[in-house]
Amino acid sequence: MSISVKNLSKHYGKQKAVDAISFEAKPGRILGFLGPNGAGKSTTMRMLTGYLEPTSGTAEIFGKSIESQAIEAKKHIGYLPENTPLYADMYVKEFLSFVGQTYKTDHLAVRIDEVIKMVGLTPEQHKKIGMLSKGYRQRVGLAQAIIHDPEVLILDEPTSGLDPNQLVDIRQLIKKLGAAKTVVISTHIMQEVEAICDDIIILSKGKIVANNSLEGLKKAHQQQSLEDIFRKLTA
Amino acid sequence: MYAVFKRELFSFLSSMVAYITIAIFLLVSGLLLWFFPGTSILDYGYAELGGFFSLVPYLFMFLIPAITMRSFAEERREGTFELLITRPIRIWQITVAKYLASLVLVLFGLIPTLIYYYSVSKLGFPEGNIDSGSVIGSYIGLFLLGAAFTSIGIFSSALTKNQVIAFVICAALCAFSYLGFDYTSEIAAFQPIAGGIANLGINEHYTAISRGVLDTRDLIYFVTFSVLFLLITKLIIGGKR
Repeated sequence: MSISVKNLSKHYGKQKAVDAISFEAKPGRILGFLGPNGAGKSTTMRMLTGYLEPTSGTAEIFGKSIESQAIEAKKHIGYLPENTPLYADMYVKEFLSFVGQTYKTDHLAVRIDEVIKMVGLTPEQHKKIGMLSKGYRQRVGLAQAIIHDPEVLILDEPTSGLDPNQLVDIRQLIKKLGAAKTVVISTHIMQEVEAICDDIIILSKGKIVANNSLEGLKKAHQQQSLEDIFRKLTA
Repeated sequence: MYAVFKRELFSFLSSMVAYITIAIFLLVSGLLLWFFPGTSILDYGYAELGGFFSLVPYLFMFLIPAITMRSFAEERREGTFELLITRPIRIWQITVAKYLASLVLVLFGLIPTLIYYYSVSKLGFPEGNIDSGSVIGSYIGLFLLGAAFTSIGIFSSALTKNQVIAFVICAALCAFSYLGFDYTSEIAAFQPIAGGIANLGINEHYTAISRGVLDTRDLIYFVTFSVLFLLITKLIIGGKR
């Protein structure tokens, strides 16, 4: 198991943002995190990446605890946070080189060219990040997440704010990456889930209300549409 | 850690922050030292740099917060902090890298002022009549003072997402740690422990080093001061998760 989560909780005072959730994720499969806003998707992802400290419970990445072996665990993770925060004052290549250095990536110059080609940044690669359009910023965000070739990819709403053409490109890229890696993505778009996800976890008020494969979930709910299933479980 | 240090320094140098703060520092110190009648060496009549060294700490109180205020505050506001903290780097490494990058910038501001030393030594009679030991001591003192102020700046920046608040807190803390203890020690009620209180302030140790006598106690004071503030910074950053 590349990601293994047991009874993970995050409390803010009395409010339980994430309430004792457990799940696992396997390599070669794309796991979709669904849930209404405020259900705890981002909080869970932030705990998995080591940005937030869990109130209780454990999370392991390839058997490395995200708390006690944080540095080791973080080396295996590529992370794209919500809203794609990037250093606007840096050039695309300069930024990717900085990120690569923090992971001590080998043959960095070659790898940067490779990744730029992979995410389709070639026409914009000499620009400052602040000058890029939203679609290209998103690609830079993806590029920085995969620069060190991590086994686990955690992408928080990677397609929000993209136009339909960009959506297709980014989804294809995620699908391609998902063939060899463990990918966890969160999204609100049901078509996206149908298009790329293999497994689905639906969160509501900090709890898991469904954890199944896409086919399994549909079978369990008599072939209803995903939207209906979502509304039924999270209402 | 080196990657973070390099990024910080380059982002100073590629934005106007570095050039404007250093230029203003040099302009103001130049004007006060050579031009304005109240503080000018030319009017003073003695070719020595004492006035300069007692002036710079006050300039540092504004210069250093301007350099350090963005270090954590901006990253937290922009959200880039989330990416930084999820890299395989330890929090103390991030803190120290940001501290060193700011300190190098302070050093960049200090180096051009060596020309004042040259000018004043030329003005002396006979030429070159200047207390070099005291000047060297004073520069070391100034650097240590800058290092202490920078650690306060990094600490203030970690407290808030708002750069203006970080600036004000840093300036206030710098002023207090430089002068506050001296003034507090003059309160009548504290007479019995006045020496001890004054000894906590930066001014006491800065003046001692400025005389040209580098005492290990003063050195330990400055090192402890910076380490203490960086340690608290690390705890704040770690605790906010």
